[in-house]
Amino acid sequence: MKEYETITEISGPLVFAEVDEPIGYDEIVEIKTANGETRRGQILESSDGLVAIQVFEGTSGIDRNASVSFTGETLKMPVTEDLLGRVMDGTGQPIDGGPEIVPDSRRDIVGAAINPVSREYPEEFIQTGVSAIDGMNTLVRGQKLPIFSGSGLPHNELALQVARQATVPEEEDGEDDEGTEFAVIFGAMGITQEEANEFMNDFERTGALERSVVFMNLADDPAVERTVTPRLALTTAEYLAFDKGYHVLVILTDMTNYCEALREIGAAREEVPGRRGYPGYMYTDLAQLYERAGRIEGREGSVTQIPILTMPGDDDTHPIPDLTGYITEGQIYVDRDLNSQGIQPPVNVLPSLSRLMDDGIGEGLTRADHADVSDQMYAAYAEGEDLRDLVNIVGREALSDRDNRYLDFADRFEAEFVDQGFDTNRSIDQSLGIGWDLLSTLPKEELNRIDEELIEQYYTDEDDQESEQEAGATAD
Amino acid sequence: MSQTTQETAEDGDGRIASVSGPVVTASGLDARMNDVVYVGEEGLMGEVIEIEGDVTTVQVYEETSGVSPGEPVANTGEPLTVDLGPGMLDAIYDGVQRPLDVLEEKLGSAFLDRGVDAPGIDLEEEWEFHPEVEEGDTIEAGDVIGIVPETVTIDHKVLVPPDFEGGEVVEAHEGSFSVDDPVVELDTGESLTMHQEWPVREARPTVEKRSPRSPLVSGQRILDGLFPIAKGGTAAIPGPFGSGKTVTQHQLAKWADADIVIYVGCGERGNEMTEVIEDFPDLEDPTTGNALMDRTCLIANTSNMPVAARESCVYTGITIAEYYRDMGYDVALMADSTSRWAEAMREISSRLEEMPGEEGYPAYLAARLSQFYERAGLFDNLNGTEGSVSVIGAVSPPGGDFSEPVTQNTLRIVKTFWALDADLAERRHFPSINWNESYSLYRDQLDPWFEGEVSENWPERRQWAIDTLDEEAELQEIVQLVGKDALPDDQQLTLEVARYLREAYLQQNAFHPTDTYCSPQKTFAILGAIRAFNDEAFSALEAGVPVEEITDIEAVPRLNRIGVQEDWEEYVAELESTIESQLREKY
Repeated sequence: MKEYETITEISGPLVFAEVDEPIGYDEIVEIKTANGETRRGQILESSDGLVAIQVFEGTSGIDRNASVSFTGETLKMPVTEDLLGRVMDGTGQPIDGGPEIVPDSRRDIVGAAINPVSREYPEEFIQTGVSAIDGMNTLVRGQKLPIFSGSGLPHNELALQVARQATVPEEEDGEDDEGTEFAVIFGAMGITQEEANEFMNDFERTGALERSVVFMNLADDPAVERTVTPRLALTTAEYLAFDKGYHVLVILTDMTNYCEALREIGAAREEVPGRRGYPGYMYTDLAQLYERAGRIEGREGSVTQIPILTMPGDDDTHPIPDLTGYITEGQIYVDRDLNSQGIQPPVNVLPSLSRLMDDGIGEGLTRADHADVSDQMYAAYAEGEDLRDLVNIVGREALSDRDNRYLDFADRFEAEFVDQGFDTNRSIDQSLGIGWDLLSTLPKEELNRIDEELIEQYYTDEDDQESEQEAGATAD
Repeated sequence: MSQTTQETAEDGDGRIASVSGPVVTASGLDARMNDVVYVGEEGLMGEVIEIEGDVTTVQVYEETSGVSPGEPVANTGEPLTVDLGPGMLDAIYDGVQRPLDVLEEKLGSAFLDRGVDAPGIDLEEEWEFHPEVEEGDTIEAGDVIGIVPETVTIDHKVLVPPDFEGGEVVEAHEGSFSVDDPVVELDTGESLTMHQEWPVREARPTVEKRSPRSPLVSGQRILDGLFPIAKGGTAAIPGPFGSGKTVTQHQLAKWADADIVIYVGCGERGNEMTEVIEDFPDLEDPTTGNALMDRTCLIANTSNMPVAARESCVYTGITIAEYYRDMGYDVALMADSTSRWAEAMREISSRLEEMPGEEGYPAYLAARLSQFYERAGLFDNLNGTEGSVSVIGAVSPPGGDFSEPVTQNTLRIVKTFWALDADLAERRHFPSINWNESYSLYRDQLDPWFEGEVSENWPERRQWAIDTLDEEAELQEIVQLVGKDALPDDQQLTLEVARYLREAYLQQNAFHPTDTYCSPQKTFAILGAIRAFNDEAFSALEAGVPVEEITDIEAVPRLNRIGVQEDWEEYVAELESTIESQLREKY
């Protein structure tokens, strides 16, 4: 391997060097500094005689005399089933003091697109045990469903709850009671040490670490490294899912830090910026991450993604949540108002959405009444929400009996359906049962989105409701 | 893309000078603008987009990881073309017309690797050719020389290519042939096959563009009833994420009464395309009863597939659409989403370091959009038939803000605007098309058709619905301040009627087997039933019946169930008379 001492320019995370041989685009580069440290980087632009290198570990300490050598290959992730239970840093080096990783195979981290013809449409219900998700925004295997949150909100708790509780209920009895569990791949980008500890403690406490692979890029790690971390995580996920038959749940947090890193590199390269200074190719870049979820025909496993992002200023028109929403199959909103009311998890179902819900629920999958119940609750809760503004002006007395019922519905919906605590695991039957209790507070004629037969079957008159409610909220 | 042209490549045409993502520059390449080139040792397909001195800039339709300077660039000398011929229906292509099922087979993998090419139509497969010409006939460009039953639903008409001079037929062969076999021989010594090629960025010629006069019936009440699009018309569906663009596009692809549907998934989700691939073969075409897939051609360039191929996929789609139009068919093209196409242009443009226009989009954005939409229309074809291409483009404005460049430039061109509304979607009002903001400039043009086919009262009844909804919008502002009970009785009743307009008429459940498609007759009947309730209710109010009693009558909520009735005619008749009698009992 030829070494060059030809660096001409160092700017932010970028190093420019002169070369006298052709260097491949995206190739991995090693840079040795004067004090013997080795940094890794990647070719961002390659032309005759000159390359632009993006350095993962930061450029501080590199001078024009540093030596540059080219490995001749693009960035690869060593993958093996033994990765389960391991903790790695943001570039894939083990940091848990465990044995060295003996790879089964080395995979290109960019990952090719799944041929749409080869995909299998996701329609297997995942029970997360969270009513606001299961009942109203059902997650299915192979979906990518992000959590849209803000700073200071308990999105991590929600993600952990989902990771802990997610199962796919088995149809045939006799199998393990738990249904199918997930292997969890956790990709952390720029989170604080404290947050990282929370995650690790929870993984260790619940024994989830055994079936997890953790990639940690912390807040004080170089920002550029963050562009690699999710790709390592997803490459591992694809290997476990499509080669080894695991059902994999990938949690990526926090995508906002990832996008900041993209912007930093873009600015260093003096690119023409798009909206708010983020690069114009951010949609494509994000899509290359998010689209690495799904199922493949004829393969056992699946990749389900839950990326977490904090919306700057709680603004969902900001480019990061906006582009994400256009790529992912729905979104779950964590809401500041609900959080300050102490509702756990503070999921605002109205703007939340699961695009794959319709095909993952219903008879044989969850329950025949699922779609109608969820629709009706959406409509009723939305109506109640609207009326709240009005109540502030005219007071409750000025409203009709019908309106008052909707107001009560909205209050009870939040208090009973959404608020369940981060440790309660509800089955889908329990969630729908609570839903029917709430809907039964409305007159039958108002349930215009539910099939009449289902109303007959599930609607309970007000008297015998109290007792059922108790049964509905069983603790974990 | 045609692989047949690859052989014409001359050796060592150029060398790569630099690589930056999908943009590659080459030196020593002798190429024209928009020529297709093969880049690097692996032969990645690309297109020339800039020539400056000896330096030629190429956008590459595939991933460029590992490609290095010095590798060869070979020129084909041909612009980007599509293969046209039988076998396109029922197919699913990427943005440069490579059949995805063939790629899967060739690669032996579920992942799309690079450097693999395949012709757009199967060159081996044999088709039954029935000549429409005989010895001695003179044929010209555009003429139909024969028929191939392509699918159960569609007869593929084999045309003389538009750039062909024509001549006198010496012999026409009947029987089974592959697409490159000669089927008609001419006195000029030339022969015609079922296979032709056409450059995607050039519109196929026609005689004249006409004003559209019949609607593209979509089976969606709010579209047919309030904001119809014409066969040969253009429409835009802008909306923030989660507002139902894709469901609306899918509904149109399923139920629109076009002969051929071209569905372009441009930079969208992989699973959505899979849904189409899995659903369409099982769905019935409401007009013929055959599988919907028999009239559909899918172009899927999902968001993680190469960005340059995303830029070209809308052109690939519309060229195929024009080809079927030339046969005299009504073609509907859905592009989901044109914003992704515009973003692909922006991405390429910024790699070229071009001076950006608004929000970083290239200055030629408006021109490209209008060129594309102008390829839609109702046309007199070269062969004397009449065919149409309707274009329905989804737009994904960042943050749902319609003032952004792609939405604004699109609205300047299209004549139908279906504004999707996140608020409506949140309360699960679907399709969440905002009736106050949407418009259709085809309404007056299409009224004669609706008057003839459905009822002469169509325009009048529609106007009543629009007026009532307008009035509701105004009243709602007051209600927000003082509450509903503070309104006079007649206005409260109007609100109630408007509520049924929203719930029974405008809302439609795409996932209900019956409600998903609503014929214009049924659309008209539902509106009629609400109108009948309105008239009866106001008579009752005038006769002194309190408004609460009117709105409480038991039969009225059943209006909301008309949509799901299969025998709606009976149901509506019975419901109207029940409402009438229940109301008349009150006074």
